[in-house]
Amino acid sequence: MGLIYALIASGLSLIFGLMEIVNFAHGEHLMLAMFTSFWLWALLGLDPIVSIPITILVLAFCGIITHYFLIRYILKAKMLVQICATFGLAIFIRSLAQYLWTPDFRNVSKPMLEGRIEIAGIFIGQPQFAAAIVCLFAFIGLYLFVTKTETGLALQATSQDRQAAEILGVPSNKMFALGWGLGLGCVAIAGSMMSSYFYIFPDVGINFSLFAFVAVALGGFGSILGCLYAGIIIGLVESLGGLLIDPSFKLLYVFAIYLLVVVFKPQGIFGRY
Amino acid sequence: MSDLKSAQAEPLFNSNKKMTYLVLGFFAFLILLPALGPTKFFLHLMIMIFMHAVISQSWNIIGGFSGQISLGHGAFFGIGAYATSFFYVEYGLTPWAGIVIGIIVCAIVAILIGIPMLRLSGHYFAIATLLVGISFQIIFQRWDFVGAASGLWVPLTSEDSLYAIQFHSSKVPYYYLFLIFFTIIFFITWVISRSKLGYRLRAVRDDAQAAQSLGIDVAKHKIIAFAISAMMMSPMGSLFAQYILIVDPDRMFNFEISIIALLITVLGGIGYVWGPLVGTLILIPLAEYARIFFGGTGGAVDLMVYGVVLMIICIFKPSGIISFLPNHILHREKMR
Repeated sequence: MGLIYALIASGLSLIFGLMEIVNFAHGEHLMLAMFTSFWLWALLGLDPIVSIPITILVLAFCGIITHYFLIRYILKAKMLVQICATFGLAIFIRSLAQYLWTPDFRNVSKPMLEGRIEIAGIFIGQPQFAAAIVCLFAFIGLYLFVTKTETGLALQATSQDRQAAEILGVPSNKMFALGWGLGLGCVAIAGSMMSSYFYIFPDVGINFSLFAFVAVALGGFGSILGCLYAGIIIGLVESLGGLLIDPSFKLLYVFAIYLLVVVFKPQGIFGRY
Repeated sequence: MSDLKSAQAEPLFNSNKKMTYLVLGFFAFLILLPALGPTKFFLHLMIMIFMHAVISQSWNIIGGFSGQISLGHGAFFGIGAYATSFFYVEYGLTPWAGIVIGIIVCAIVAILIGIPMLRLSGHYFAIATLLVGISFQIIFQRWDFVGAASGLWVPLTSEDSLYAIQFHSSKVPYYYLFLIFFTIIFFITWVISRSKLGYRLRAVRDDAQAAQSLGIDVAKHKIIAFAISAMMMSPMGSLFAQYILIVDPDRMFNFEISIIALLITVLGGIGYVWGPLVGTLILIPLAEYARIFFGGTGGAVDLMVYGVVLMIICIFKPSGIISFLPNHILHREKMR
């Protein structure tokens, strides 16, 4: 679970680090990813695992559309406006999903991965295990892409200093679109992995986006590696708190962490700022 | 954008006589309205307009004047609603006292929350309030003492009663109640916006460091604004609870309330006293009618409209619809 949070959060973090915009519609994009893989399964019979590439493409496309139609206009606006705009996007996507697909709970029945496996005496659901593995790999891939390839370096350059990067010939607008595509691609992987074992409904994103916010704050805004650690911490706190105290207050534990971190160490535990 | 302008802006209703008459005439019209024999639906619409205007006005205090974006304001609405209903159901205390209790509780909660949280700024604060709003909902869903997830059902009185604030025969008394609160709260906001406090809050919003260097205690002012804003939210929750007579965590701590408060204010004109009113007058009828026309198809159409409107406003007119009004109404002419 923690690895999934980490992946979702890294998408958010990437977008934030790049253009200082918090994507309040992140959870809704996750929901879209889950619905995409659900419909691919329902209509074409593709298993969520098989359809990951398609989901990534769809979501990356979504991200680029979001950038061109909304984000481009509010890049230089005040923070308040940015929050409101992405928030409006969130409301819009969520209620559109509710309108089109009704708020029913759905799930993919008979996915390829089912049952559970035993590792050293601990039972883990097979889809969850696979999700963790895939997320870890996706994460490593993302990390390598951002730190090792030329495009990734250009991305980093843009996030550090937009003007300087532009002088050196990095088209910042394209980089932003790429950032959105990548960020939502991460979400797509997480979403399609989750859709094999999680219920799919229009409001599913809210909790995950909250966790993603917390993870990003914990890891330091803009730091991708921080997200990995933070995601794992949150996953642990959530399940341990649920196990030891009371599962209905899961969110509160995570919230408590958030508050502690932002009050005492606002740059995040692993923050670079 | 007109941040700079609004920093020096005086709200409407300045020494201009024409304006004074216009506003007084508007209120006189509102007072006389029920005498014209409107339908029940129209009264309901007006009540919703008053309620949302006040909710967004309270958001405006913290979001517009002092520039802190709170996404969890629904929490105070819920506290107000629970305060009245809980004391009425359990102890038979009149909702009037409940309203006062709600206000006090809200102020205390706001200060307690505000002390750690208002040290944060920007995104951190917004996300923290979002989490607070949802935490309240979760707590009240699980708290057996206040009825847990099923909530509280206010016992009906046999006839209309001012003591219990229940009117079954018509909506007119409710209309006046909401109108009274609407008037009081807009008046208070207007006073605040022209007082020293209002100017200081705007100074904090526009440049916290500069404000600090001028001797304004930034943290204290943010907390004051937060508390005032919470205190305004509470009576609306109370009255709404008395209006629908059911209190449950999903309705009262609904995330939607926080969103709508923000949305209306941004739509109408953030930081202007009359912005929330403009926003409400446009949005609430739109939403109510959208709900009627598309009702039963999933019920999310009004929210869809909200989302689109919010995005469009953010792209094209970040200072809100009120900024379409001519400048001389918005900004008082320089006296000297």
